[in-house]
Amino acid sequence: MEINVAQLFDSINLVTILPEIILSVFAMAMLLINVFIPAKNKTYLTWLSVVGLLGAGLATVSGWGQTVSSFSGAVVLDNFAVFFKITFLLAAGLSVLISDHYFERENCNHGELYPLIFFATTGMMLMASGTDLMTIFLGLELMSITLYVLAGFNRESLRSNEAGLKYFILGAFSTGFLLYGMALVYGVTGTTRIEQIALTINQYGISQHNTMLLAGMLLIFTGFAFKIAAAPFHMWTPDVYEGAPTPMTAFMSAGPKAAGFAAFLRLFFVAFPTLVVQWTELLWIIAVLTMTIGNLAALRQDNVKRILAYSSIAHAGYALVGFTAANSTGSSGILFYMLSYTFMNIGAFAVIVLIGKKGESNGSVYDFAGLGQKRPLLAATMSLFLFSLAGIPPTAGFIGKFYLFSGAVEQGYVWLAIIGVLNSAASVYYYLRIMVYMYMKPAENEFDWFSIGAPVSVALAVSAMGTLIPGMIPSCILQFAEQAVKLI
Amino acid sequence: MSNILSLMTFLPIVGVLVLLFIPKGNNGVLRTVALITTIATFIVSLPVLSGFQTIADFQFVENVPWIAAGPFAMRYHVGIDGITIWLVILTTFIMPIAVLSTWNAVEDKVKEYMICLLLLEVGMLGAFISLDLFLFYIFWELMLIPMYFIIGIWGGKNRVYAAVKFFIYTMVGSLLMLVALIYLYFLGTNAGITDFGLVNFYNLTIDSGTQTWLFLAFALAFAIKCPMFPLHTWLPDAHTEAPTAGSVILAAILLKMGTYGFIRFAMPLFPEATAQFTPLIAVLSVIGIIYAAFVAMVQEDVKKLVAYSSVAHLGYVVLGLFALNEQGLSGGMIQMVNHGISTGALFLIVGFIYERRHTRLISDFGGLAKQMPIFTTIFMIVTLSSIGVPGTNGFVGEFLVLMGAYESSLRWYAIIATSGVILAAVYMLWMFQRVMFGELENPENQKLQDLNIREIIIMAPLVVLIFVIGVYPNPFLEKMQPSIQKVIAKTRVQDQNTHLVMPETIPMDSLTETMPQSAVQPAAN
Repeated sequence: MEINVAQLFDSINLVTILPEIILSVFAMAMLLINVFIPAKNKTYLTWLSVVGLLGAGLATVSGWGQTVSSFSGAVVLDNFAVFFKITFLLAAGLSVLISDHYFERENCNHGELYPLIFFATTGMMLMASGTDLMTIFLGLELMSITLYVLAGFNRESLRSNEAGLKYFILGAFSTGFLLYGMALVYGVTGTTRIEQIALTINQYGISQHNTMLLAGMLLIFTGFAFKIAAAPFHMWTPDVYEGAPTPMTAFMSAGPKAAGFAAFLRLFFVAFPTLVVQWTELLWIIAVLTMTIGNLAALRQDNVKRILAYSSIAHAGYALVGFTAANSTGSSGILFYMLSYTFMNIGAFAVIVLIGKKGESNGSVYDFAGLGQKRPLLAATMSLFLFSLAGIPPTAGFIGKFYLFSGAVEQGYVWLAIIGVLNSAASVYYYLRIMVYMYMKPAENEFDWFSIGAPVSVALAVSAMGTLIPGMIPSCILQFAEQAVKLI
Repeated sequence: MSNILSLMTFLPIVGVLVLLFIPKGNNGVLRTVALITTIATFIVSLPVLSGFQTIADFQFVENVPWIAAGPFAMRYHVGIDGITIWLVILTTFIMPIAVLSTWNAVEDKVKEYMICLLLLEVGMLGAFISLDLFLFYIFWELMLIPMYFIIGIWGGKNRVYAAVKFFIYTMVGSLLMLVALIYLYFLGTNAGITDFGLVNFYNLTIDSGTQTWLFLAFALAFAIKCPMFPLHTWLPDAHTEAPTAGSVILAAILLKMGTYGFIRFAMPLFPEATAQFTPLIAVLSVIGIIYAAFVAMVQEDVKKLVAYSSVAHLGYVVLGLFALNEQGLSGGMIQMVNHGISTGALFLIVGFIYERRHTRLISDFGGLAKQMPIFTTIFMIVTLSSIGVPGTNGFVGEFLVLMGAYESSLRWYAIIATSGVILAAVYMLWMFQRVMFGELENPENQKLQDLNIREIIIMAPLVVLIFVIGVYPNPFLEKMQPSIQKVIAKTRVQDQNTHLVMPETIPMDSLTETMPQSAVQPAAN
């Protein structure tokens, strides 16, 4: 294929990647600032990051309602991408807000943290707007490599190092699968543009039983299943989530998972609509496995961070239920759920950050005993997040699950929905367990070793509102989620 | 006032907001604010009662769009009819009593406690007035959270176990109901229904296979809440551990959610399945009545005894509902109110002696009659009402239920269930005898004080109602009648399609011939 250079440049519209550009420039600027202003107190970097993220957010929001393809169709700006980008920016923003407190305590408040988060976010954004296998892959790599660093960011901590290394080795392995799958798909269709893939499959009547195409699809599936921590590719999650610095765990459980779903959804809906029977059958099984394994394992944990790690596997399973439905109810449910999950999960992690002591000690459920007595407002906020994670109205978590399971029922997957709600009922036990310790056990601690600084307060307030308001007036977000999935 | 129902339902939220701004530790102020809020809610609910017209339609209806996204449309659609009017009034009536009942017993975290009680009231009222299935579900789940905290924080020794058990039991049932609800909605959209409004679904034709599954999912949720044998095991735990107010609300109102669910949702929505499952449900109710009575007999703890008597009473209610004739349904409905009054009163009484002696074991008492005459009188009246002695409210309900069941296809079940009345007399009177009569031997008991003014004020309205409903139940029955007839018409409409043939409804006039004139008057219209 001959490439006309002039034509290529014509097709470039920088507006499509404006938020990514803002983030990258800001990240590099912050790296420099960090070198030239060596301050003891790094809180200013937190606020600076928030400014950068808000800027990128404004640029993102202004793209709502457009559909602009650019870079010869490698990147697209559409509602789907915008919705997910907002989710990533919120995940990054909330994580940044709770980082300062944590890294100050752990004595490793290095300024590189914030640029790294920015780069990871840029990678996620490219995944959401990528319409070419290569763009998606590059975005994924940018995200993953920075996440490996972030997971091992606490150099002094052995567990953090272990988390980083483990994530890196397994992540690299799974990326291999993904790339191999992409190569096979390219081999069959001769293109990496995801729209072209579907067109070629139709045009040449490539059968849905074509072994190479199926193998390619399966390998891509495996790669994404790893990224979103779906069983049986979830083994890395608990260790990495537990070992990584808590704010980064919060970030990893919300942002990259959403990014994984963004690329996963776009790729499978746009490129492989002819294989829908095959991949929904597969998804059915994976969804059941993921929900059940995540919830059963979480029942047996004592460490709150580990509970949330396993529960994040279960939540990926719920989202997969919506994916299996492969209809607009289920897909808009995924979008809504990823956004709500960002709020409720990072909110819960913020509380863990506060309760924890140096060296990540004080993180088991027993250490929450009496929080309700000593810090009633904090405990009430935590309860709100936990109720939302458990899917109890009137919270966003309930509405999200309602739409995910409705999608499945609408499509005739009633049993899948039933397994889903039963899982949800089982999950209530371990969320309640944390509340039991907070409210129903005598206080052993005074909870006086931490003060809630401004950044964490903002994070908690935003998360609480993001959990409660969409729970009561869901239309305010659902209508956008619905428009976002209309395009794919 | 067109939005009086919303005003009533959300008024406790105002109380919650006020409570939030009162500093901790001002227990007197906190209690007073909660009491005033509940009384105000009761007063607001009175125009609903006085303005209520005895017709089958929903009244005081409010209907505004709420959520519209994807294939769904949910509306804020509320209203009441003859089924809910008394349940709503019962709720607003019991709440001030519940607040008063733990006036001194709850010393710890009074603020949070009162907030929980008020939120619970919002949930309960909301669930009763909802005419949108989704809205109903939200309120139904909303009740769980405050009750969980009330049992788990202010409960007895084994409270955490009881609270978690309560929560998870209810949650499993209600989540399956949620799936059924979604399924029902998509059935409806295929038939042109555009929102979750309950009335839409009444007219939906569903094939009998689907009805079976949907009915099972709904019935499971309601049977757990009732609770029906063998799903009742959470109830004795929850009742025993909960503080007095928790037990009173649980018995008086939360359990009614289950039976209310049957009459409002499960039965009229799935008539064929109702006919199909009537024998099974009747068997379970009768087992519940007899089994719970036997278990109650051997209890050493008064509160546990009352809890098991609850299971038996709710068995009558369910039996009455599934008799599916006018006597049965009216009996079931009035028995729901009666049970709220008399079992609520019993839990209050248990609370009174527990506050004084910090024990509830029957063996720790004896001869209290000499020491506490006022208490004894009230206790006796409530006990008789719980047994169902003529002249008290319990008689009217149980008589109508058994009569309705006898006249329906459930004749044999009614005959067996009647023995439950005798068993109730055995365990209640035996307990009463052991606690109140005999020698006043225990020196601790010799120091017992009789009821104080607050406690008498709490009990007085309940005792009055026991006699009012017992002697002149007609105003209560009359208001329900058109709605009950409507439920029967909806639920029995497809009888000819099923093999189960039910006897014709017996008009209220013939009923009065067989009942003492004091109990039921012929319907005025």
